[in-house]
Amino acid sequence: MNIHIKGGRLIDPHNEIDAQRDVFISDKHVVAVGTAPQGFVADQVIDANGLIVIPGLVDVAARLREPGYEYRATLESEMDAAMAGGVTSLSCPPDTDPPLDEPGLVEMLKHRARLLNKARVFPVGALTYGLKGAELTEMIELTEAGCKAFGHADAALTDTRVLMRAMQYAATFGYRVWMRPQDSYLARNGVAHDGEVSTRLGLPPIPVVAETTALATMLQLARETGVKLHICRVSSAAGVELIRAAKREGLPVTCDVSMNHVHLTEMDIGFFDSNCHLMPPLRSLRDKAALRAALCDGTIDAICSDHSPVDDDAKLLPFAEAEAGATGMELLLPLMLKWAEEDKVALPEALRRVTINPAQLLGVKMGHLSVGAHADVCVFDPKATWKVEPSVLKSQGKNTPFNGYTMQGRVHHTIVEGRLAYSL
Amino acid sequence: MNNPQLNKNGELQHLLTTEGLPARILRDILDKAAGFVNEAENNEIKKVPLLHGKSVFNIFFENSTRTRTTFEIAAKKLSADVVNLNIGSSSTSKGETLLDTVDNLCAMHADMFVVRHSTSGAAHLIAKHVAPSIHVINAGDGRHAHPTQALLDMFTIRHYKKEFHNLRVAIVGDILHSRVARSQIHALTTLGVPEVRVVAPKTLLPSHVEKLGVQVYHDMAQGLKDVDVVMMLRLQNERMQGALLPSAQEYFKYYGLTQERLLQAKSGAIVMHPGPMNRGVEIDSSVADGAQSVILPQVTFGIAVRMAVMSTLAGAK
Repeated sequence: MNIHIKGGRLIDPHNEIDAQRDVFISDKHVVAVGTAPQGFVADQVIDANGLIVIPGLVDVAARLREPGYEYRATLESEMDAAMAGGVTSLSCPPDTDPPLDEPGLVEMLKHRARLLNKARVFPVGALTYGLKGAELTEMIELTEAGCKAFGHADAALTDTRVLMRAMQYAATFGYRVWMRPQDSYLARNGVAHDGEVSTRLGLPPIPVVAETTALATMLQLARETGVKLHICRVSSAAGVELIRAAKREGLPVTCDVSMNHVHLTEMDIGFFDSNCHLMPPLRSLRDKAALRAALCDGTIDAICSDHSPVDDDAKLLPFAEAEAGATGMELLLPLMLKWAEEDKVALPEALRRVTINPAQLLGVKMGHLSVGAHADVCVFDPKATWKVEPSVLKSQGKNTPFNGYTMQGRVHHTIVEGRLAYSL
Repeated sequence: MNNPQLNKNGELQHLLTTEGLPARILRDILDKAAGFVNEAENNEIKKVPLLHGKSVFNIFFENSTRTRTTFEIAAKKLSADVVNLNIGSSSTSKGETLLDTVDNLCAMHADMFVVRHSTSGAAHLIAKHVAPSIHVINAGDGRHAHPTQALLDMFTIRHYKKEFHNLRVAIVGDILHSRVARSQIHALTTLGVPEVRVVAPKTLLPSHVEKLGVQVYHDMAQGLKDVDVVMMLRLQNERMQGALLPSAQEYFKYYGLTQERLLQAKSGAIVMHPGPMNRGVEIDSSVADGAQSVILPQVTFGIAVRMAVMSTLAGAK
């Protein structure tokens, strides 16, 4: 199958290309950029005139809800969402039911995903059995089954000795440890940022120190063990500052932020909008500004969707009782573009945060369109606007704080492994 | 963002919180309540036919005898039909969701819901969900709001102090968990009280509480100095378990309202409490039963104020 993507503006941050170039795909790979290779006969020509051609997006946090939570979403529905969002590689946290703590489960998930032949799935394996925070999982076996990192999702890991040993063990084999920093005691029962809004609305708070104390502990343990530590979903200015200092010191630490936190604050909760019940909680304006500044200066390596589909019934409840999470893969690209435009970040630089950077966090060879690279491509119209409505979202989860917002930037084609997997 | 409490004519459609309501609406409710109280006859409240033929449903997801009873009496004094439902502590534990319960009650032709729930925002959720002909009164949601309590407190203050613009008011106790305190603060600031104080140890104050327009005191004597009104809050026994306080004894020693402490306030200061009281924990019996206490009149006025709220809502077009 030969595909010729014709007439588009190619932006490939990794190769520092931003120019009108055609892309030629053959046998699952990029075979040429610019001029067709000798004897290339296209089976399919994609007219990308007026469109932008980029490496397929890499989303480091997308819950697929399988196995165990099929009432919230299925692999089928969420893979469709990934394609509609131009996401060709994604990493899913281990908080399924059962959690991703056994090689068989990981193999099954990878196998089911492969059969659907859409986005590539790179699971984060559970760091401890059952995410219970007590016993280490078989990280070597899990890696052989396809795990790219080990983490604890939103489950508590209070025993610091277990955390340290998990990091030591992972460091032995060069595995990455992905942690979301939140002290489970300080955050207990909390549902919203400890600030003006939670005080006004009487919502049980999650203070910023819940993030910073956990983060300080993790950084200290990383320093001690030498593990490659990735901080998931940093949410506060103080948290960003700790990471910035650790990076300056030379620690092998990286981090990501959810697109929700780049655009929203505690104020968006309004009168108890449960779509804004997210984890970590939406924080203050000052925190949002610090997250954006950290995205610009590279302290934060990647933006993710933190895609967490929730069924309607679980959101039609008083704020604190509603389940945390929002659907997001289909909004990742337009929200990234919105950030780039608002903060005047050049498109190639901004796109790094959803292509090559997250690919490198996962240690996979995606996220760029060099000759010989996997042909995972997203073709989008940067000018097209569309309104976020439940009916237009492919994800089974319809809940998002951005419901009713108009997005600019729409995916027209998604190519995975040299195959046109989605067209608008 | 539209104020979910007001209809398109700016009239009160639901009473969910005292926050964000115009002073005009609060004053109208107090004036209307005054009309229901016959001061010449020992504050007797007469029955009137204003809600004749209307059904008021008291839906209490969290137990309460006092508040439910005063709402029931208020509705009956307005000649409404009253249905009381005690649904228990949690909507989800019963298997039926909160909104399913509400839909069922709507199908029974309710005109007004009086809702108490242990989770903040429950009344807002219901108000957003019901048909426009139905009115919702928040009778307490989590830590968020208890607007009728705050309004009856405002009524009591106005009854004894006549004006709001020259007062200094102290709210003492567990502000962190108190929906009453939040609603009192918004009502007091809206009605023009120039100085509202909160007095509590740091463990019982929510963060950024000063952004609500109050001054923070940790010392009881300083906090009560020269105030016109002392509003005490109930201290729940379970606060000792959450490492918020060491003991009820120590709390009483530093934050309990005694006759001696009350001397710091102005000589004619009134003492209020939303009830039920913990004598010897937040308030000494001699103060609760003393000359400056207006705790029992609060209860009586509570009926008139709830009648005023219900008849105001019923009059919204």
